[in-house]
Amino acid sequence: MKRILNDIYKNRIWLIMVLPGTIWLLLFAYLPMFGQVLAFKDFRIHPDGFFASVITSEWVGWENFKYLFSTNDALIITRNTILYNLVFIVLGLVAAVTTAILLSELLNKRLSKVYQTGMLFPHFISWVIGSYFVFTFLSADSGLLNNVLGWFNIDPISWYNEPKFWPYLLVFMSLWKGVGYGSIIYLASIVGIDKTYYEAAMIDGASKWKQIKHVTLPMLKPLMIILTIMNVGRIFNSDFGLFYQVPRDSGTLYSVTNVIDTFVFRGLMTLGDIGMSTAAGLYQSVVGLILVLIANYIVRKLDEESALF
Amino acid sequence: MPNKLNQTQTPGNVSQPLNLKKDGGDIKRKKVRNPHSLHPVMNSIVSIFLGVFTFMCVFPFLYVIIISFTSEESIVRNGFQIIPSEWSMDAYNYLWGVKEQLLGSYGITIIVTVVGTVISVLMISFYAYAISRPQFKYRRFFTMLAFFTMLFSGGLVPTYIVVTQFLGLKNTIWALILPLVMNAFYIIIMRTFFMKSVSESILESARIDGASEWRIFFQIVFPLSLPGIATIALFSTLGYWNDWFTALLYIDNPKLVPLQALLMKIEANLEFMRQNVEVGLMQQSLFDTLPQESAKMAMVVIATLPIAVSYPFFQKYFISGLTIGGVKE
Repeated sequence: MKRILNDIYKNRIWLIMVLPGTIWLLLFAYLPMFGQVLAFKDFRIHPDGFFASVITSEWVGWENFKYLFSTNDALIITRNTILYNLVFIVLGLVAAVTTAILLSELLNKRLSKVYQTGMLFPHFISWVIGSYFVFTFLSADSGLLNNVLGWFNIDPISWYNEPKFWPYLLVFMSLWKGVGYGSIIYLASIVGIDKTYYEAAMIDGASKWKQIKHVTLPMLKPLMIILTIMNVGRIFNSDFGLFYQVPRDSGTLYSVTNVIDTFVFRGLMTLGDIGMSTAAGLYQSVVGLILVLIANYIVRKLDEESALF
Repeated sequence: MPNKLNQTQTPGNVSQPLNLKKDGGDIKRKKVRNPHSLHPVMNSIVSIFLGVFTFMCVFPFLYVIIISFTSEESIVRNGFQIIPSEWSMDAYNYLWGVKEQLLGSYGITIIVTVVGTVISVLMISFYAYAISRPQFKYRRFFTMLAFFTMLFSGGLVPTYIVVTQFLGLKNTIWALILPLVMNAFYIIIMRTFFMKSVSESILESARIDGASEWRIFFQIVFPLSLPGIATIALFSTLGYWNDWFTALLYIDNPKLVPLQALLMKIEANLEFMRQNVEVGLMQQSLFDTLPQESAKMAMVVIATLPIAVSYPFFQKYFISGLTIGGVKE
């Protein structure tokens, strides 16, 4: 006992330094983790505060989960979340690597810098702004797309009520926001490749295309694998703003825009169904944890340096 | 005289060889095509292709600026035109008339961003610095404490209940600041950064001189780690400026609505702008001719402009932040 107190005293400065952060972690991260038990309870607010509410709420076992998975919603949101993320991962990778290679090959380096700055712009704005940008194109009355269709005497389309377009639109918007950022990570890696590899390839008579195929891409491969696997680990989480703001919360689009995150949000804010939306959140957290662990395990097998832990 | 000659020549002499070195490749390229580089035709195609994509990235913002200067009548008649048939400042005049809400929201965003970033940087760097020091006996425990939150999250609903019912932050400015203050990922990045950039040997000599750990932190560690801290500060500033989600969850009071959330609230109609305005003080005529669409776009312009003009300057810190990289010990 005395030794422990002595240790604490000796480490007091460090303990004071971690104290504010620790309090934050306990309040904003660990307390909510404890709150996940609400997924197994029927939440009732108790006048004695938060802990009393959580503890006195009645246990209902798996009822909330049964209710969640009895509807079609669970299937739709899981399908949407996974499929969108898979497409984002594949196309995002191809687009980012392609753009990075092209940027690095551009003869005019100043132009390349201007392009990089321009492409990064979408990364710095919020999805609220992004949704206004989309609206200027898709607005049924005034949007640019319907105007252009008008020139060809095509009837205006009510974009925000037509689910069939939205998978493409969402993929496009995700790329629009992410490619600049993604390509800069790869570009940094390309700049670091030793030029002698290319010289050796030239001496062997390799064309530009062959140099890219046999030097650049293999050199980028580790980074590509690591980033991709990490993204796969997060496949159950989606970019809330993209799926909530960009479709402007349009109800007719839910079948193609509802993902786990938006489902949980609407369950809480519009339905007020605490038990069911907590259950959906816990489902997301648990599957997410398993996926991250698997992803990290695979990364560690491939390249121990890049593993998260 | 010779002195003066010397003075004028020296800078030239110094920069000349440097210039040669830098441009050497370019000069060669112009005369004999460098075999490493793209064929000029291919280069033009690539330039155009990338140019089109770059244009697509920035065009929406330019388009929004144009719409904000279009007269409402023209929008109703012709839609959003790339070259409006009738230009107008009505949108900005209108916003000036209801500026209370706009300025209030701007103020909230600025306060939240500044206070949030300062608290965030201090808390993250204290925590990360402590767990990066080998002398700290419990560093592994506190590293795990932060790290585990990256793997498993408490989820939206329990967090909402904790913030509103346990901490009672609903409709306070702290609800916009505190939930975003810490982030395990930044802690881990900063820890790696402190390990790499702050060596124990420098600190040891300061300790021998009798400097306290606090003084060492602020006078030695902080300046040494400025690139890393700047990066965290930048991420944090951007996170607060662009945040609308916490406001969506926790804020109903019009006086506390930040800029991004205000933009969200006026999506359907501009009514919200008037909540903070004493109706008696308002000219009724202002409401009779609401420049609905153009005023919304003008708001988007006003909210985005600070980022649009400043990000090219801090972009390089942002990129260097990406390559701070390595999360592991």
